[in-house]
Amino acid sequence: MTELITTLITIGFVLACVLTACMYLVLAERKVSAWMQDRLGPNRVGPYGLIQPVADALKILLKEGVIPSHVDKALFLLAPAISMFTTLLAFAVVPFGPVEESFTWLRFLIAPDVNIGLVFIFAVGSLAVYGVILGGWASNNKYSALGSLRASAQVISYEIPLGMSVLGVILLSRTVDLNEILNQQAKQGIFGWNIWCQPLAALIFYVSSLAESNRLPFDLSECEQELVGGYHTEYGGFRLVLFFLGEYTHLVTISFLTAILFFGGWHFPLIATPESAYTGAWLVKLLVLLAKVLFSVLLIMLIRWTIPRFRFDQLMELTWKVFFPLALANMVAVMTVLQFGINRWALLPISVALFVLFGVFTVTAKRLELARRRRASLAMH
Amino acid sequence: MPINPKDIAWVTEPELGFWEATFLSEVVKGLKITFGHMADFESVTQQYPEQRPVLPQHYRGVHRLNRDEQGRVKCVACMLCATACPAHCISIEAAAAPPDWPDRDKYPAEFILDELRCIYCGMCEEACPVDAIELTHIYDMTSENREAMVFNKQKLLGIFDETKNNPLDPVRTRRGRLGPAAEFVNLATLGPATSVESGDRAAIVNTPGVIGEPPPEVRNSQIG
Repeated sequence: MTELITTLITIGFVLACVLTACMYLVLAERKVSAWMQDRLGPNRVGPYGLIQPVADALKILLKEGVIPSHVDKALFLLAPAISMFTTLLAFAVVPFGPVEESFTWLRFLIAPDVNIGLVFIFAVGSLAVYGVILGGWASNNKYSALGSLRASAQVISYEIPLGMSVLGVILLSRTVDLNEILNQQAKQGIFGWNIWCQPLAALIFYVSSLAESNRLPFDLSECEQELVGGYHTEYGGFRLVLFFLGEYTHLVTISFLTAILFFGGWHFPLIATPESAYTGAWLVKLLVLLAKVLFSVLLIMLIRWTIPRFRFDQLMELTWKVFFPLALANMVAVMTVLQFGINRWALLPISVALFVLFGVFTVTAKRLELARRRRASLAMH
Repeated sequence: MPINPKDIAWVTEPELGFWEATFLSEVVKGLKITFGHMADFESVTQQYPEQRPVLPQHYRGVHRLNRDEQGRVKCVACMLCATACPAHCISIEAAAAPPDWPDRDKYPAEFILDELRCIYCGMCEEACPVDAIELTHIYDMTSENREAMVFNKQKLLGIFDETKNNPLDPVRTRRGRLGPAAEFVNLATLGPATSVESGDRAAIVNTPGVIGEPPPEVRNSQIG
């Protein structure tokens, strides 16, 4: 009974926190972009615009929910719900604090006994694309359909390097339980963080997750300049916001995953280690983890307002010609190291070497192709 | 008109270098710029209702009908402004001038100017031979209905009374002379529409209307 109540309380707590965080992430995004462009950003509601999310939420809730006459009603209503639901569901197995130091009524993990955590996240997370596809399809609109087609192609392509980059980590830790992966890193100190032996996997994971969550520079499925609004062209009011909340929840989830899988979760040398037993250690650990997540989120926002959108063929080239072979090679390297009992620090130079080799190879090929193209165009004149 | 060969600059597409093709250095460069702006940000935003913009001398806002020294409307109902107006927003009802106005034959019994149709081009001001119609610096005149934005003679004269003491809207009295548009030499208060900076490529070319090659010092500063 206590177990059930604790779970319910935790679910309520996480839901409230994540949704509030998403609202404030929207504000942060607007502020960050404003500062980059030498503007002020929202600053009218409350001090420094801090109550802006409340005003936004009120406006959205009071908006008329328009359902166009030409849409497939059932799917049209279902799509935003799926998009929101699946991304929130993925949060069930993400440890958002030091799980061992949980309280009776609130623990830092919704579902503690799911030992297939990572697989669960990928399984549920990739369902989110159904929201996009169904939304675009049900809208009965060419732009929406194009957007959702792009989204499906993109997400299916990026799922592969995303999963494969994490396989290396799974092989090294011999578990798919996120909390277990975190604890293993924490026990070994700062040099036990997976980023040291899997830097390439971390890079592939991070970039692929950007593509997976349809963030710029990979937001081909909703690019305003080509597709009006992409899959959510026909949506407005609260349903549109469900899509956005889904996107921002995805953002938070991938930031949590990056921090947990590659950067040691709540571990930080000296102040937050498994041995630290001072009062309030749980709070410090929680704050360390949240700081790492916040850093990742800010980096994603920085990237969003820095790099222009990829062309669709470039997007596909990046995943199939670069990330896929690299992730495969990285996985083979991990397998070799484990099989022959080589020190796992060997993976750091191997990752760098793979990256450099591959970079030289692809760049040379690209430049040769460009030179050939230039010669051909000169020959035509 | 043939383009002067001196104005032609041949541009070749720069070749993609190795580091540029890796994309990494460019991403880092871009992040550096955006982060630099974020860390050391200097807002260009004007907090509008609290901060008012400093308008240039030649700003064209709402019209006014000027009065002469005796407080009479200056307009002589010659219809030149209504003819010049590209938006057809001026309609004047001319009448014979009262007998005690010996200096003119006609005066406007009514002067209707639709501020919603107006495109604020200033052609009426240019056309007026007696400097009767002028554009002021008022830019925020609004109303809750369209009818109130169709200004009549009383309202236009009222705007004159309101703005005549504003240093931005000096009364330009040139009785018996041509309008300000004809006096190129004395156009001191009006600057060019956009200020010409040194090194403006359009201002230095040999062929008018062509954007030429920048002078060496500008080019060097751009490269360096």
